[in-house]
Amino acid sequence: MNLTLRVWRQSGPSDAGRMVTYRVEEVSPDMSFLEMLDVLNERLILEGDDPIAFDHDCREGICGMCGMVINGVAHGEQRATTTCQLHMRHFEDNATITIEPWRAAPFPVVKDLVVDRSAFDRIIQAGGFVSVPAGSAPDAHSVPVRKEDADAAFDAATCIGCGACVAACPNGSASLFTAAKITHLSLLPQGQPERLSRAKAMVDQMDAEGFGGCTNTGECTAVCPKGIPLDTIAQMNTDYLKANAK
Amino acid sequence: MKYTEGPEIRDTKAPEGPIEERWEKRKFSARLVNPANKRKLNVIVVGTGLAGGSAAATLGELGYNVKSFCYQDTPRRAHSIAAQGGINAAKNYRGDGDSIYRLFYDTVKGGDFRARESNVYRLAQVSVNIIDQAVAQGVPFAREYGGLLDTRSFGGAQVSRTFYARGQTGQQLLLGAYQALERQIAAGTVEMFTRHEMLDLIVADGRARGIIVRDMVTGEIERHTADAVVLATGGYGNVFFLSTNAKGCNTTAIWRAHERGAYFANPCYTQIHPTCIPVSGEYQSKLTLMSESLRNDGRVWVPLRKDDKRAPGDIPEDERDYYLERIYPAFGNLVPRDIASRAAKNVCDEGRGVGPGGLGVYLDFRDAINRLGRDAVEKKYGNLFEMYERITGENPYDVPMRIYPAVHYTMGGLWVDYDLQSTIPGLFVIGEANFSDHGANRLGASALMQGLADGYFVLPTTLGDYLADGPFGEVDEAAVAEAELKVRDRIERLLAVNGTRTPDSFHRELGRLMWDYCGMERTEESLRKALERIPELRKEFWENVKVSGTAEELNQVLEKAGRVADFFDLAELMCLDALVRTESCGGHFRAESQDADGEALRDDEAFAHVSAWEHSPDGEPVLHKEPLVYEYVKMTQRSYK
Repeated sequence: MNLTLRVWRQSGPSDAGRMVTYRVEEVSPDMSFLEMLDVLNERLILEGDDPIAFDHDCREGICGMCGMVINGVAHGEQRATTTCQLHMRHFEDNATITIEPWRAAPFPVVKDLVVDRSAFDRIIQAGGFVSVPAGSAPDAHSVPVRKEDADAAFDAATCIGCGACVAACPNGSASLFTAAKITHLSLLPQGQPERLSRAKAMVDQMDAEGFGGCTNTGECTAVCPKGIPLDTIAQMNTDYLKANAK
Repeated sequence: MKYTEGPEIRDTKAPEGPIEERWEKRKFSARLVNPANKRKLNVIVVGTGLAGGSAAATLGELGYNVKSFCYQDTPRRAHSIAAQGGINAAKNYRGDGDSIYRLFYDTVKGGDFRARESNVYRLAQVSVNIIDQAVAQGVPFAREYGGLLDTRSFGGAQVSRTFYARGQTGQQLLLGAYQALERQIAAGTVEMFTRHEMLDLIVADGRARGIIVRDMVTGEIERHTADAVVLATGGYGNVFFLSTNAKGCNTTAIWRAHERGAYFANPCYTQIHPTCIPVSGEYQSKLTLMSESLRNDGRVWVPLRKDDKRAPGDIPEDERDYYLERIYPAFGNLVPRDIASRAAKNVCDEGRGVGPGGLGVYLDFRDAINRLGRDAVEKKYGNLFEMYERITGENPYDVPMRIYPAVHYTMGGLWVDYDLQSTIPGLFVIGEANFSDHGANRLGASALMQGLADGYFVLPTTLGDYLADGPFGEVDEAAVAEAELKVRDRIERLLAVNGTRTPDSFHRELGRLMWDYCGMERTEESLRKALERIPELRKEFWENVKVSGTAEELNQVLEKAGRVADFFDLAELMCLDALVRTESCGGHFRAESQDADGEALRDDEAFAHVSAWEHSPDGEPVLHKEPLVYEYVKMTQRSYK
């Protein structure tokens, strides 16, 4: 396959940035999207150009490090996929592909396609945990958990923190990310003591970071590689309201 | 490559007495630090996977001043996250005869009698606390309808002791540790440094006192000093370029510590996992593991004839070779990882491999689908089939999967004593980065157990004992300056070469060489060839590598070049270690050492020891042997026929 890429290049936070066009030839359909970029980067290095910076690590769809907006869609058009798990066979020969970083004010561009997602860590710091120091735990079987609750908690807990939900949201909201953690912990008995204070602290931190509000457009769950359900946001709102009513 | 032999290691600091009392004894003898003094003690933890994340969080909870470092943009990305299967623990919730002693026994045996009994016993003891801790944190383990935890059996164990969270156990356990860590960051006990890479260890007055790091965004070289340093930087499987490791996994932290005096133990012990998706082309950047559970119902085969290019469906039954069932009738497709891997290599070497390049074997579900129905197969393996199709574009319900072995885990690592302290006082090494508990072969679902045992329970106790003598005062400025200068010099050297080959092209070539000569099967001849070729390639690297950009910016080429440079040195030591160990054991198969049936043959007379390598500045490593004594488990030869 031969492709034309339009890639966002930005040397640093103070650079205005621009789209740059590259031609990539003899792309194998079996390549992953990132491998296709590897091939281009190898060429750029040898030509003395600056290769395109992008984040990636596990390349098996679980670490959450990679992420780019491909033809206007976070992680590309294939559903339930991270960028690293997207393969070139889903593109047409001679296609033009536009590649941009996550765009949201709380995710400033570091370089090219690399953005700073540390706001997510600060939301977790605000309360996305159960306060249980090592060595203090009772026997694991002392508190049974309904299987339905455990399964639903698991579904919410699969969030990989990639930030696609924010990139896809017209409001730049981090509601799906925040709600996934709140739901995971509020469905389990271990998460009950801090349930309301957690919801309040995390939502307040999300707002403080400059993420927008949720207006139920559902773009977030459509691009989520793990298919985190939209109803987690309802759970978050319920807990948040209860916390504020107290 | 020449080496010399130094004195044996006689004292591993394990307490004496009955094995079940040793950890209790050590805990009691470990000195305590009072809370007011803890605040005055600084600890650096490098790496935020299961071991490093849990250690930093726990040390923070105890009141130490902790600095935590990772190269990713957030600590939650560490590669522990990719572990699929589960975590072993001797809970005996099933009442099926499991016990701490049985987990200990299975691990020592599975490690092919090359692990320390005292360490492994402690691991089995602590395993039960890990599950309690994780559940209390809200880790959503799989549960049964009664609300209790579900378990499954794994990797040949005869009991059901593996706790799991669907196929994402590593992710869920890591997020538990990550959340505990973030809680401590919020509490101010842990200061987090993301996108920072450790490039050297500061050793002053005989103690590890800090690290030199590069801020990967600004390029700034920073010095961080402390009273102790903990390395939790994972394994070095990426020396093979292609592996199941994350792209960023590297050996730099432990290798620099090795150059500063920490012994490197059993570098040649690597685990090759049999069921990975094969390489599809020259551009391949990493390999993806498919859960081993597929071998429960899939049948492994290759064409009977060489170079048979027919589609699998066109090859009649009598022209197929179900070689695992043929060679190992008792275990069939369920032989252990090392045996399945080697058998696949053998049939491919005979020219009977399938797929691009002939490096693959079929894993066929046709019979399972006929026997159980498509729905039943989908229920069991649906997500794995989907993952396979996503990567290969082939539908495994219609066409057999192709699989091939891939490098997965490294049992070797920095040598540590019972306290997890390296040969440099004040340098502790935990998780996959150390060598301690798996011997020559790690059992499935034991990596998560070890990482968390080290981080939550073992290190916080033993490190306290070391720190009881602290704080250790100002760090000698000359030592810090020397380490910093060394780091700066090296970066300048890499940038100055300005040659014609990329770091990745060297890495690929090194990886290929290691795979061919120091991979699933090693011979004296292949290892000697590797030892000849590695220095040549390294020389070319330092004369012809091209690193674009500057040191004062985010520069992924520079990061890569530094890591590849260290892989060369490590690769050489791995080959030397493999050459010296003329026996076969666990993941280390020397073709010269096999029995009449072609199975691995240990040589307990000559090799029942840990090989701990000391770096020497003149380039001739010094081998120190730590004898392994088995008081509880009787040494036997494994058989799966």
